[in-house]
Amino acid sequence: MTNKQMYAIAFAAMAIGLSPVWAQEPAQKAGEMETMPGMDHGKMDHGSVPGADQDGKSGTAQGMGQDAGNMNHAGGMDHGSMQGGSAPPDARDPHGYSGGYDFGPIPPPRMGDEHHFHSLLVDRLERVHARDNLFTEYDLQAWFGRDYDRAVLKAEGEIDGGKFQDARTELLWGHAVAAYWDTQLGVRHDGGVEPSRGWLALGVQGLAPYWFEVEATAYVGEQGRTAFRFVAEYELLLTQKLILQPRIEANFYGKRDTARELGSGPSDLAAGVRLRYEIRREFAPYIGIERADKFGATADYVRAADHDAQETRIVAGLRFWF
Amino acid sequence: MSTRRHFLAMPNLPRRRFIQGLAAGGILLGLSPWSRPAWAREAVGTASGTAKVLSGTEFDLTIAETPVNFTGSPRLATTINGSIPAPTLRWRAGDTVTLRVHNRLSEDTSIHWHGILLPYQMDGVPGISFKGIAPGETFTYRFKVQQTGTYWYHSHSGMQEQTGMYGAIIIDPAGTDPIRADREYVVQLSDWSDEDPMAVMTKLKMQSDYYNFNQPTAVQFFRDASSEGLSAAINKRKMWNQMRMNPTDLADISAYTYTYLMNGVAPASNWTGLFRPGEKVRLRFINSGAMTFFDVRIPGLKMTVVQTDGQNVEPVTVDEIRIGVAETYDVIVTPKDEAYTIFAQSMDRTGYARGTLAARAGMTAAVPAPDKPEPLSMGDMMGDMGGAVRVRHARTEYGPSVDMRVDTPRTNLDDPGIGLRNNGRRVLTYADLHTIGGPMDERGPGREIELHLTGNMARYTWSIDGVEFGRSTPVHFRHGERLRVIFVNDTMMTHPMHLHGLWQELENPDGRFQVRKHTISVQPAQRVSFLVSADAPGRWAWHCHLMFHMDSGMFREVVVA
Repeated sequence: MTNKQMYAIAFAAMAIGLSPVWAQEPAQKAGEMETMPGMDHGKMDHGSVPGADQDGKSGTAQGMGQDAGNMNHAGGMDHGSMQGGSAPPDARDPHGYSGGYDFGPIPPPRMGDEHHFHSLLVDRLERVHARDNLFTEYDLQAWFGRDYDRAVLKAEGEIDGGKFQDARTELLWGHAVAAYWDTQLGVRHDGGVEPSRGWLALGVQGLAPYWFEVEATAYVGEQGRTAFRFVAEYELLLTQKLILQPRIEANFYGKRDTARELGSGPSDLAAGVRLRYEIRREFAPYIGIERADKFGATADYVRAADHDAQETRIVAGLRFWF
Repeated sequence: MSTRRHFLAMPNLPRRRFIQGLAAGGILLGLSPWSRPAWAREAVGTASGTAKVLSGTEFDLTIAETPVNFTGSPRLATTINGSIPAPTLRWRAGDTVTLRVHNRLSEDTSIHWHGILLPYQMDGVPGISFKGIAPGETFTYRFKVQQTGTYWYHSHSGMQEQTGMYGAIIIDPAGTDPIRADREYVVQLSDWSDEDPMAVMTKLKMQSDYYNFNQPTAVQFFRDASSEGLSAAINKRKMWNQMRMNPTDLADISAYTYTYLMNGVAPASNWTGLFRPGEKVRLRFINSGAMTFFDVRIPGLKMTVVQTDGQNVEPVTVDEIRIGVAETYDVIVTPKDEAYTIFAQSMDRTGYARGTLAARAGMTAAVPAPDKPEPLSMGDMMGDMGGAVRVRHARTEYGPSVDMRVDTPRTNLDDPGIGLRNNGRRVLTYADLHTIGGPMDERGPGREIELHLTGNMARYTWSIDGVEFGRSTPVHFRHGERLRVIFVNDTMMTHPMHLHGLWQELENPDGRFQVRKHTISVQPAQRVSFLVSADAPGRWAWHCHLMFHMDSGMFREVVVA
């Protein structure tokens, strides 16, 4: 695969990943839904619906069942109004029924929505077998907080010869902005054998249509340094427990960083598939294959150190969470 | 919570034993690693199977931890008087009952009398009706019984209901019961997990489809593609995937962790009710599950439904009933000289509770296999797209707490629901239920309020109008008013909505009175309306009775003033 092709894939993936952010905006009129093919209203009774402004219809149970069958074939319909969008001016006030009343003298119950939860997902803890090297990679995410606001810790890196060769650690405030999307704001620290770097981070993480898990983060560092990182994953269920996970990760830098041997522009892209077996949901060993490419000046640094700028790796590891 | 120490990781059990439970499971009567308090030892012998019946006007109920073993792994349950289910309370209409509830747990507790009309301070919801019952304390409930029928009671604190705190209430009329039967049994259905419910909640927050092992797979896709053609197979999935919705999302919690119980015993233990051939037997079905809708049938027997939620209805004869969480249905059956299986499969078809009606002890009947799970249809997501009903979404339904909105809900009550449509059996629907005597209040509604049932499955958050309880304000009903409440279900799950202290008089799509209930199951993409007479001043809870939805915030306080 040429570099050009790799670029094309990376940018296409980004376009897919980021599109839902604006795709949720346009709200479509409900009326357009009636053009959906395959509808069968022939068996519906007519009657007035209490409280409705107009006459309504109600389907018989049998009618529903048949509609359901037909509707399954109505793919390709636009249903933008069902998700996302912004509230129309006449939307109801959710507090409009309170009549000015608040909770009584007894402190109201505290439900799960006010509790804090936490979790750690080690998405990849793997031995990587490259052509001329064998090392360990880790990639984890932990969070603590409530449903819509949480502290997020992300860490990814490479351990070789008992040393952190490369370690990216981020501490972020994750804030839900849409049904499937969180913004993340915080700091990033790059460590390892080379001089360390600090960054401010701003990104989005969420679930794009068709179940693509996407992270896209922009960074601003000292001395005018900028960076961008993009990750997309997909989980393809072969069976209920055997899951194929394609994954791509790409990094970009705005400025050459000689000390860390990074060129400007696209610096690296890893694209792989991992096949895991969930012994339990929380515990899944996997094997995989990954293509890891470096580009531009970054690739030159790698070649100067007598390594390959393009390589295919075999990985074996463990995915677990609790 | 002291029980949490004892909830270990899920045991590596043989699968069959886990689903079926132990033949001799339930409350541990013999040796156990936990010592049993003296009061609990008194209950030995009646502890499992059929609950002890307590009647009269004075009751002492003691809440404590009791060792149980439903699956082969000992656990601690939260019990009332040491049994699961708790004792059946038998009251008489017109009596004033006194119930002293003693808390021997190390955490707060409470008891809510589900469906009972009473002063709000006696309703038993911590933070709304009272402060709760602290460890070591006794709270005395006292109220006049103003109704008749089958009801139940349960904890309203934390997740104690999931760990065993539920029992039946039977209220006899002062005179003769218009429902005549030669014999009667309470059939109380529930779900048991060896996991700590808080651990279950955490898992759902992390991965909301954690317990769903019926998901669409690539293998199925290729199977569909070869039988239906590639484009049909793609179309079938396209919209669901585009919307990030899962058509197999039938239940949040499955038999992967649940063992389903009938009268507190696992399927292998086979709860059995005896009868004499030809007798009219009244079965009082109560769904005391935390998260499970049960589809109940008795192969070989027709069931004549005579009551729901304690309210007598015009008799209707059916083969099968879907019982929403917290609902009750009384049926009359007339068995012949043989045995019959009472089969209560979970809505997601991963398991079942089972018992037997037998002419003689030891008789059993074949146990059917659970039906194949049926994926949700587009109608379950989008409602009735030809319908002309207008909905008004709240402005808070356009944010992160809501993953979909239904603009064109369906209004019909004659849909038995997913998995029961066109199954060849006569399945009860709300359209079949007519409360005898009509509505309790002939007035029309003076006003109406519309509330939307909302959630975000991926985040596992549940709310009303996109607002969880912690961010909500109370809903005000004016004392004495008659008002219409409209629920629109903007989710793909069925929500059993329970209003405390006040009846919900369900209307049919034409606005005519249908049935009086304390708990109304609202199906996916459905709009229902009901009238309420706000005749009980005070503060009342109003919530989805799926316990994890309630605890996630699908909950409101109602102020009647």
